[in-house]
Amino acid sequence: MRVSLGRWLLPVYAVLALLFLMVPIVYTFIFSFNDSQKSNITWRGFTFDKWLNVCNVQNGAVCEAFGNSLIIGASATVAATALGTMIAIAIVRYRFRFRSKVSLLLFLPMATPEVVLGAGLAAQFLSVGVPKDIVTIILAHTMFCISFVVVTVKARVASLDPALEEAGRDLYGSPGQVFLRITFPLLLPGILAAALLSFALSFDDFIITNFNSGAVTTFPKYIYISASRGIPAEANVVASAVFILALVIVVSAQVSSAARAKRLAKSG
Amino acid sequence: MAFAAFATTTSEAEQVPRRKSPVALLLLLPGILYLVLFFLTPLISLLLTSFQAPSEFGDIGQYTYAFRWENYLQVVTDYLPHILRSFGFALIATVLALVFSYPLAYFIGVTARPWPLAQSLMLVLVIAPFFISFLLRTLAWKQILSDESFIITSLKAVALMAPDAHFTGTPAAVIFGLTYNFIPFMTLPLYTTLERLDLRYLEAASDLYAHPVEVFRKVTIPLSMPGIVAGTLLTFIPAAGDYVNASRDFLGGPDSQMIGNVIEANFLVLQNYPAAAALSIILMSVILIIVSIYVKRAGTEELL
Repeated sequence: MRVSLGRWLLPVYAVLALLFLMVPIVYTFIFSFNDSQKSNITWRGFTFDKWLNVCNVQNGAVCEAFGNSLIIGASATVAATALGTMIAIAIVRYRFRFRSKVSLLLFLPMATPEVVLGAGLAAQFLSVGVPKDIVTIILAHTMFCISFVVVTVKARVASLDPALEEAGRDLYGSPGQVFLRITFPLLLPGILAAALLSFALSFDDFIITNFNSGAVTTFPKYIYISASRGIPAEANVVASAVFILALVIVVSAQVSSAARAKRLAKSG
Repeated sequence: MAFAAFATTTSEAEQVPRRKSPVALLLLLPGILYLVLFFLTPLISLLLTSFQAPSEFGDIGQYTYAFRWENYLQVVTDYLPHILRSFGFALIATVLALVFSYPLAYFIGVTARPWPLAQSLMLVLVIAPFFISFLLRTLAWKQILSDESFIITSLKAVALMAPDAHFTGTPAAVIFGLTYNFIPFMTLPLYTTLERLDLRYLEAASDLYAHPVEVFRKVTIPLSMPGIVAGTLLTFIPAAGDYVNASRDFLGGPDSQMIGNVIEANFLVLQNYPAAAALSIILMSVILIIVSIYVKRAGTEELL
């Protein structure tokens, strides 16, 4: 009796726990179909209107904020991925002085609360006299994404078989050719994962953004500002659409890698 | 989302790099320079700002460089409850998240091992909250747990809650929000270590007539320590500095404001930059002290 109870307890708990995690997501999704007026708090009936006219509310404020978030996310991702990938290659491949200091410098941004990172940058921009706009947001996001890129790409560089590059060199490939045709393609999955992570971190960041954005509104900042007077259902539409897109990307990546593992197991 | 990062690097043996080359410098320099410019110097300017004195003309938001260490005394006397609350809330939320996440991570990482696809799909569900805006998730809980909501009215109907009690706006609501929002940061590193847990150790312990509780306490928990350390840090640090959950428009109320809220208010609203800076320095120092003691005691010093 005790054994069978124990056997069921954990799966039942896991299902309930996962359902609990989904509650606010489902709520947000359902209320994107709410035929709401100004605020989106009580249910007033089902409609597709908000999905079809996302940009019409408040003179397109939701879409403008969303657009800003995309621009910032893309720019910070490109910058952080480039800088972080270079560091990751150097750390795994080369010996250099101040190694532990470099590691510490990469670790600290991840261990510092966002509010400190945000306030610090804002204090610096203030003392140097840089006006806060979209550029300062991109600079800030690039900063906190770098460490995450390094950690993600580092694992990939470490698992790379150096024999493959040696083979390229033995076949008279120039260093540039070896990098472009062998190293880079092999690192690509890690670099892509790092880029996705950076984009996700940047897109959802609010705290650091709030300190360094001036009058520019990103999607999370728009929600924060509007929270007191009510969030329009259109914000739920944007968030739900992003959620579905992200879910599709991640699930298809998981399923395809599982399928590849199966194929490899069969052929090997 | 540092979870994977933290948890995988702890056990990975560091590969010994072989070559010494000027290329390394070229690769490192841009990124390191960037971090020095936009991470390190901001911390220094935060430190300098925290000692600033009001300008002699007394304009709001105008300060001059000075060594006014009294700023620290001032913010501690003004905001001691907020400071204590931040660390208290973060600690409770971390413990709750650990208790919530451990069985879940154990199920995904150990029980579900024969079904890898199910494992990865459950992991997707664990990180799914990250795909929807952090602020909207928190607002959703605010609506779900508001005074007029089904859950709260039902609790009041069966007398589990006093008729005039509230949930949103209380410290409990803020702790609830912090716990919910940082659960994935706890579950993922736990999963990564539990997934690699060698079950033969557990079998060996039970073969030696250890009671299941003893096996769990003396074998499973010590072996999953790297995940516990990474997860608790990844939950505690952002939770202590968070100000979204405790914001009055979200789950907080007047008696649940945290250090992040007063840093935000002092910096962005009151333009009292020295106070905001001093509070930030206090927050960061306390966290660094807690983290270094904790990591030393837990015995996993190579987090990166």
